[in-house]
Amino acid sequence: MKKVLLSGNEAIARGTYEAGALVACAYPGTPSTEILETIAQYPEINSSWAPNEKVALEVGIGACFGGARSLVTMKHVGVNVAADPLFTLSYTGVCGGLVLVTADDPELHSSQNEQDNRNFAKFAKIPMMEPADSQEALDYTKLAFEISEQFDTPVFLRSTTRISHSKSTVVLGERPIEIPEPKLERNPGKLVMLPGNARKLHPIIEQRILDLEKWVCQQSFNQIEKGAGQVGVITSGVSYQYVKETMPDADVLKLGMVYPLPKQMIRDFAANYKTLYVIEELDPFIEEQVRAMGIEVIGKDKISLCGELTPGRINMQLFGQDAPTEDTAADLPPRPPSMCPGCPHRGVFYELKKAKAYVSGDIGCYTLGFMPPLSAMDTCICMGASVGIATGMSKVLPEEERRKVVAVIGDSTFLHTGINGLMDMVYNKSTSTLIILDNRITAMTGRQENPTSGYQLNELEAPRVDLEQLCRAVGVKHVTILDPYDLELTGKVIRAEMARPEVSVIITTRPCMLVPRDNLIPRPPLLVDHDKCTGCRACLQIGCPAIIWDAEKKKSIVDPIICTGCKVCLQTCKFDAFQECGDKA
Amino acid sequence: MSKVNNILLAGVGGQGILLASEVISEVMLMAGLDVKKNEIHGMSQRGGSVVSHVRYGEKVYSSIIPEGEVDILFSFELLETCRYLPLLRKNGRVVVTDWKISPPAVARGVQSYPENLAQKICQQFPESVVVDGLNLALAAGNAKTVNTVLLGALSNILKFEREQWLTALQKMIPEHLLDVNLKAFAAGCQVK
Repeated sequence: MKKVLLSGNEAIARGTYEAGALVACAYPGTPSTEILETIAQYPEINSSWAPNEKVALEVGIGACFGGARSLVTMKHVGVNVAADPLFTLSYTGVCGGLVLVTADDPELHSSQNEQDNRNFAKFAKIPMMEPADSQEALDYTKLAFEISEQFDTPVFLRSTTRISHSKSTVVLGERPIEIPEPKLERNPGKLVMLPGNARKLHPIIEQRILDLEKWVCQQSFNQIEKGAGQVGVITSGVSYQYVKETMPDADVLKLGMVYPLPKQMIRDFAANYKTLYVIEELDPFIEEQVRAMGIEVIGKDKISLCGELTPGRINMQLFGQDAPTEDTAADLPPRPPSMCPGCPHRGVFYELKKAKAYVSGDIGCYTLGFMPPLSAMDTCICMGASVGIATGMSKVLPEEERRKVVAVIGDSTFLHTGINGLMDMVYNKSTSTLIILDNRITAMTGRQENPTSGYQLNELEAPRVDLEQLCRAVGVKHVTILDPYDLELTGKVIRAEMARPEVSVIITTRPCMLVPRDNLIPRPPLLVDHDKCTGCRACLQIGCPAIIWDAEKKKSIVDPIICTGCKVCLQTCKFDAFQECGDKA
Repeated sequence: MSKVNNILLAGVGGQGILLASEVISEVMLMAGLDVKKNEIHGMSQRGGSVVSHVRYGEKVYSSIIPEGEVDILFSFELLETCRYLPLLRKNGRVVVTDWKISPPAVARGVQSYPENLAQKICQQFPESVVVDGLNLALAAGNAKTVNTVLLGALSNILKFEREQWLTALQKMIPEHLLDVNLKAFAAGCQVK
């Protein structure tokens, strides 16, 4: 029996392998990304990045309709994008098993909202498993495939950041030797969702949930752990671990499936206690259903609807015990994330700020353009939204202000859902400007390939989308391609296109500094000639981590270890103080 | 319930914190203990604060260390150390390298880097160990082995078999970097 340490994400990947799945598809998104990256190491599984979560789910559905087991993964907000196929897949059910992983992000460690995707399970009438550690992540993934086929339904596996990114010990199993051969089977009554067919299926899925509700009362993934018998707790997922930590004497009903709930089991459990808690992160998802059964509980009246739980927060919110927190005192300067040295986005935001643009932003590394000193982002909602928002603003603003609005989007996000907005811009004759920051990689989530990279998930070469031709094909007449390391040119083009009373696109092309294959030729770091540096601080306005203000000398210095030699700083200096190492010092 | 031991690693993205927490976890696993480790990826990779929780014992539930129960704050940067001092137990210890990395506002000259942090840490937690990590790493042959020097210093405190540490390092570190890291580890072990 081999024990290894796996993260929740690695365990889900292993579970998918051990379940005999043949296909895995995803769009990257924290905290889900590592699942597909791990699965890519199993040659038995065809794994791929899709341009967005809707396509990923549709690829998974196709594989499942072909008879294979397929896994689809995404972050919580990705399910919003995939919701359209998802809700109707609930009606058709599956052929081979289909498991959809939703990796939620309580506390918004790396997300734009804190939605609780357990609500999707109830909304779409799809069962949802919720593991509490890596062993369960592996086991429940396998179980989810079985449930999917047994009950003819897609199955959700819900993780959260603390499950996906925690490592704990796991016992590995094996992949089945015999896996059913995929084959074409026509079954239009089940798979063609015209009203006549779908209407017949609706009562079947309602019955499916009722059947599951009875079945789950007999399953060992819903289990009661006896304590001292005084206090009862209903919980699931990572919250279970915090309950065991803070309330070691409580009797605990631990739910492995959070939808549908084992109602009879809950009734029987609840009958034993005067004091019954429901302890869950975010929404009162379990609590509301338990209350609807006429059972009184302590839950969200004490426990916050916002943020993740921790042992300390449970102690504080339930029992009023003070919990220490990290020191946020003002004399400890904060350390927020920032654009890397040599990041190709830096110069674009520097010039947007100078041009006094109103920046309709989007999701990616470049959202860090919001941070000081660049401070050049005015809106950011969701993947692809920058484009439509700029169009909408241009519909209502007076002429002078309309010209200030510039949409900014990365290559991966543009292909995810931005291209539709651009079609609308052209079709409905918007006058806005769109900047596509093309760094040839999905950078923020940790450098995943996408259709502009020229590579697939498994690093095999792939055709590369030609962004310029794509923009021209949807009808954009003015497309300018430029190198964002050239500040003067970048600023000049931005101002010219902002003034143009037609749709225009600027494509800035520079690969992400962190992709080795695109940065094979090293550039020498810069240094500051302190005879020339006047201490004017102009170079500090680009927010490069490699430039540091020497408070004693009142001059800038460059950290040669992290400087990438991009020379953006050099162009901000009126006194010619920056030099390449190796130049005459 | 037997005691669970808690190590909080803190520092700045890019310092090798996650590798260090992998090595520690692997040692605990080899020692036959239950281990959990937890960290936040994503935004923190862009030069932001990084923390990693490692917990080990007979049975570990939460992968997050309960607030105020950190036994050892194992830290790669002085200012980041101070940020997490309140999470230490009263008689907790700090193992830290005296490395300063300016946060953005300090680099821009808007705020200043607080002074005398190492003294403050040692005053508050007298059993702390301050390691001259960068010089020891340079002496070993590579500035990027500060994390391994620190692991050596930590191994003195944790009292697991030396062999287990070496096996974990061999497992986690690419072959061409192994020699210099073993030297760095040995240098860390000399720190008292």
